[in-house]
Amino acid sequence: MQPAGRLAENIVYFARALRVAGIPVGPGSVLDALAAVRTAGVGTRDDFYWTLHSVFVKRHEQSILFDQAFRIFFKRRGYLEQLMSMTMPQIEGMPHEPAKPASQRVQEALFAGLGDKLQREIQEVEIDMRLTVSDQEVLQKKDFAQMTAAEVAAAKDAMRRLVLPLDDIRTRRLAPNRRGRLIDMRRTLRASMKGGGSFIDLRYLGPRTKKPPIVALLDISGSMTDYTRLFLHFLHAITDARKRVHSFLFGTRLTNVTRALKAKDPDEALAACSASVLDWSGGTRIASSLHAFNKQWARRVLTQGAIVLLITDGLERDPDDRLAFEIDRLHRSCRRLIWLNPLLRYEGFEAKAKGIQTILPHVDEFRPVHNLESLGELCRSLSVPGGRAAEGRARIARTEAERAA
Amino acid sequence: MKTPAKPVPVPASIDDTLKLLAGADYLADRSLATVLFLALKMGRPLFLEGEAGVGKTEIAKVLSTTLGRRLIRLQCYEGLDVSAAVYEWNYAAQMIAIRLAEAEGAVDRARLSHDVFSEQYLIKRPLLQALDPNTAGPPVLLIDELDRTDEAFEAFLLEVLADFQVTIPELGTVKAEHPPIVVVTSNRTREIHDALKRRCLYHWVGYPNAERELKIVQAKVPGIGKKLSQEIVHFVQALRKEDLFKLPGVAETLDWATALTELDAVALDPATVSDTLGVLLKYQDDIARIEGSKASELINQVRAEMRAAE
Repeated sequence: MQPAGRLAENIVYFARALRVAGIPVGPGSVLDALAAVRTAGVGTRDDFYWTLHSVFVKRHEQSILFDQAFRIFFKRRGYLEQLMSMTMPQIEGMPHEPAKPASQRVQEALFAGLGDKLQREIQEVEIDMRLTVSDQEVLQKKDFAQMTAAEVAAAKDAMRRLVLPLDDIRTRRLAPNRRGRLIDMRRTLRASMKGGGSFIDLRYLGPRTKKPPIVALLDISGSMTDYTRLFLHFLHAITDARKRVHSFLFGTRLTNVTRALKAKDPDEALAACSASVLDWSGGTRIASSLHAFNKQWARRVLTQGAIVLLITDGLERDPDDRLAFEIDRLHRSCRRLIWLNPLLRYEGFEAKAKGIQTILPHVDEFRPVHNLESLGELCRSLSVPGGRAAEGRARIARTEAERAA
Repeated sequence: MKTPAKPVPVPASIDDTLKLLAGADYLADRSLATVLFLALKMGRPLFLEGEAGVGKTEIAKVLSTTLGRRLIRLQCYEGLDVSAAVYEWNYAAQMIAIRLAEAEGAVDRARLSHDVFSEQYLIKRPLLQALDPNTAGPPVLLIDELDRTDEAFEAFLLEVLADFQVTIPELGTVKAEHPPIVVVTSNRTREIHDALKRRCLYHWVGYPNAERELKIVQAKVPGIGKKLSQEIVHFVQALRKEDLFKLPGVAETLDWATALTELDAVALDPATVSDTLGVLLKYQDDIARIEGSKASELINQVRAEMRAAE
């Protein structure tokens, strides 16, 4: 079946709405979508849905946004019904479901992008949506503009000098290497052909090394308020310098801010972070946040020898066996677990809090990090080649010895 | 591999696709059939993502048997490179050719170079094999568990997936006359780059609902009792709602059904469930959580649900 001219137009508008809602849809996908609809035809609403879905959605997470966008867009336009009524004897009514908070972004996208008539129609829905967004937790938006200009400048300066640890890991991939031990037959033969094959000059391969991925888990609960901004700058700096860095923020819930931190400009990146997090300066639920991480993300980001930076004061509201279990699992699923704790700044720091005592045995390294000076120190200590697990354990032993003395 | 003698044409509609898959005991839901139909019709690679054991690899196998095409499988692993995936030169034969040329006193360098880097000395690996013409129609190319390789390997695939061609520096570009049917699978242990996904049609393969899973069990496990199969499926569905580290996939359900049939069970009982839980759950923490009282609680819950449904 040849789609009507209006359909093409609608798909273009729909693609634009998806783009604003946060699904990266290129012009190529729009052409694909048109081709797909032409191939599959507009049979039922479901088929049409899955046809567009197969072209526009490229990640599992995008399915929710797509679903919301599709529902709202084609409901409001009433177009799909018209189109189907021409081809089908009966139209099924749209199931009326209560609006979900997730649709806010889609609402905004649709609201911003389209014509006047549509805007009015959407507006009714939008009011509806606003009312249903519930305040289940203390969802505070943290204003990032609290740090003085001088502090920001100093922090940025410190970040710029940041050199990351030189801990290359061997991969199983090979690269040309003069001192390698394997013969690279391909290059050897190619080189020897230059001389007509009269002599064979051996070329070698050695293992290729690369920097391991870094996964940062940053505590943004109330007790960490003074440090979160600084650490976000820190995370942005390492995201900028390294290829594979994943950042997560946690307070009472876990938020993945990896994409937000990819913005080149630190202010832009931090603003994006702030927009995506809902539980600034709330309580801490380390165990449940780690549980969420272990369950949803560990298998996706901790592959290929990742290092985990756990940045928290370890002050768990109600520490129990779950914390020990989750931190143990985290420790066993990464290559190296480094704990950065701002509390360590106090001269006579004693790991008395139960949460801290629970976490301590499971980390490879335990480092102080609290303000600008110590951040500089952290950069220096991270830059020292090596810094292996043994050193970290020695540090823990020292801390414990001091505590005993 | 047994293949029908005559090549089967690709299905003409979404319903045909469903029928085709059902013919080989693969019970797909409509969304999967839609994306598969589009991939076949539009000649685009199909990118399937989902948890382990939901039948991603199976789709390629079913396609190859029902359409009577050759199945070429590239299992990905860390360190996979061009010489294992695309092509390799037969170095030993090349060196002998050079020695022979020397012995004959032939010193025409350009010709020797041309001779040595010819198709005669080329060893074709899966990606290149998939581009070869085939009498039974274009083959099915299965690129399995792409997330197991590193990012560097994805770059090799871009040319193959976009234009169905491979460039060999010494030889030139090899292009498929008829593009193969490409199925790429990933368990999502890392994100695949958007550039690669852009060239494919994407589909997330989820767990089936109770109704479809029951049909799958009854189709795939011969001789299973009606009551047992229902209880198994409802139990697994209930298990998927629990807070487990690794949820059981369809493959695990089928293994468990087979195991229980082998044990001559006619219905679930707490002792048998606890003893055979290792077939279903693969983490000790998960097993410890479900074993014993939780298992009998789930069985009772399942029985109550089934009674309510009757």
